[in-house]
Amino acid sequence: MIADINPHDPGAPLDPLPGHSSHGRLERVLRRGEFAVTAELNPPDSANPQEVYERAAIFDGWVDGINAVDASGANCHMSSVGICALLTRMGYAPIMQIACRDRNRIAIQGDVLGASAMGVQNILCLTGDGVQAGDQPGAKPVFDLDCMSLLSTVRTMRDEAKFLSGRKLTTPPHVFLGAAINPFAPPRDFRPYRLGKKIEAGAQFVQSQYCFDVPMFRDYMSRVRDLGFHEKCFILVGVGPLASAKTARWIRSNVPGIHIPDSVIARLEGAQDQKREGKQLCIDIINEVKEIEGVAGIHVMAYRQEEYVAEIVHESGVLKGRRPWKREANPGDSVIAERLEEIRQGKEENQQQLADLAAHKPH
Amino acid sequence: MPELKPAIGNAGAAMKAATGAYTPSDVSPNRRVQRRYSIRLWSVRHSRLLEWFYGRFAHVFLLLHPLWKAIGYSRAEAPVTFVEKRVKGLLFDCRMCGQCILSSTGMSCPMNCPKQLRNGPCGGVRANGNCEVEPDMPCVWVKAWEGSRNMTKGDDILNVQKPVNQSLRETSSWLRVTAEAAAMTETIKDVQA
Repeated sequence: MIADINPHDPGAPLDPLPGHSSHGRLERVLRRGEFAVTAELNPPDSANPQEVYERAAIFDGWVDGINAVDASGANCHMSSVGICALLTRMGYAPIMQIACRDRNRIAIQGDVLGASAMGVQNILCLTGDGVQAGDQPGAKPVFDLDCMSLLSTVRTMRDEAKFLSGRKLTTPPHVFLGAAINPFAPPRDFRPYRLGKKIEAGAQFVQSQYCFDVPMFRDYMSRVRDLGFHEKCFILVGVGPLASAKTARWIRSNVPGIHIPDSVIARLEGAQDQKREGKQLCIDIINEVKEIEGVAGIHVMAYRQEEYVAEIVHESGVLKGRRPWKREANPGDSVIAERLEEIRQGKEENQQQLADLAAHKPH
Repeated sequence: MPELKPAIGNAGAAMKAATGAYTPSDVSPNRRVQRRYSIRLWSVRHSRLLEWFYGRFAHVFLLLHPLWKAIGYSRAEAPVTFVEKRVKGLLFDCRMCGQCILSSTGMSCPMNCPKQLRNGPCGGVRANGNCEVEPDMPCVWVKAWEGSRNMTKGDDILNVQKPVNQSLRETSSWLRVTAEAAAMTETIKDVQA
């Protein structure tokens, strides 16, 4: 297996490969035709970097990319740029989400450059939820760009090395561009064409909204295949465990854009252990969608159940024995630890004696 | 004193009202005050007719190019904008973005979308086809898709639109389209001559 690691520094970008637009791991995995797994990091309400590292460590060795959300649901959290900067330091492959809700085109283009300079290789362009959904409904919604114009803006920056204004960039941001799809919301006839528009605007991979209705998704995919879009971009299906029937009901009526059929709620309600059943349901859905032609991977959104991601990925067997990149301690660290141990063992060293030894032992 | 009941369809204001704070009627982050969308919806239902009419109208407007030129486009701007704002305001709830794309959006004005999306519906559309932000407003883009299916050039809805140029707000898009078309014909004439 090819190890997608930079030998000099785990945090540094990988060597460029022909036909790849980024220097990241996720694009390599997808282009090799492997089934990719991404997960969503629950952003901390804190200024402590350790919390980000702890939350990312849960996914270690199970995912190919970690989504850093940009105030999802219009709730304020640590910014996606900040989270991505921390994750790249550790060598993780973050997918930076950019929502158009909070920033205008000037700020967004600046953030794209900043993030790319910090080593971010994947950017996911979103419109963003309305401010009414979040904890601060009185905020001003910006929506200067929309997901489509954001995609084409970042693509212009990458491929033509210039800002939207035409001003030149000395180094363009080498990023793998993503977008979101929601096959489960009306107008359903338009949804496949909208994916086509996103591909035209620059999307190279897409992550879908939570999929709980497999027949509906299958329908969508068959139309996407008819239009040939599955060959032009990688489609990752959004999945996640539901904690209970009550949560499912709450999500259905309070979170915009998530479609949960009655049968799912009935199945959860009938279970003894609803949490376990929710996890099993998620695994069953993965097993169904992974067989659909044109599906390139899954995107696991296990909000507040992140500890189950490894289990879900393992039990569904989507990796087929492949081990995604895992953060390993710096090889230098073990040498230092050994030495410290030696010192702690207490064999006293006489500096003079050592110098003598060195003097009498020329190379 | 009558009981203050926040209007449905305005989640932000309703949440504020729930805290007991004073909430004026008909407020929203997007300053939308319309409660009824019947004329706007009529326009979408008759998108084919309006498309045909606009075609004629744009042609007449272009024929008047010598007139606009004699008056001066900048001087004609104010009165034309006045009329355009009222006519399109009535028919489409026009927001005067100054760069009209109604012909590519099934005669449903995308600036009425609380997120002002110009490239299609967001993922938050409710199962009944209503808006995520304003639960009692039909999604502008669900309507746009319906309207575009009636139009002869309805597939223009598949074009990727550029971001809005905010500096063109409150200007006449009729005049600009005419001026651009006139400039185009003139260059073609120059090339041929």
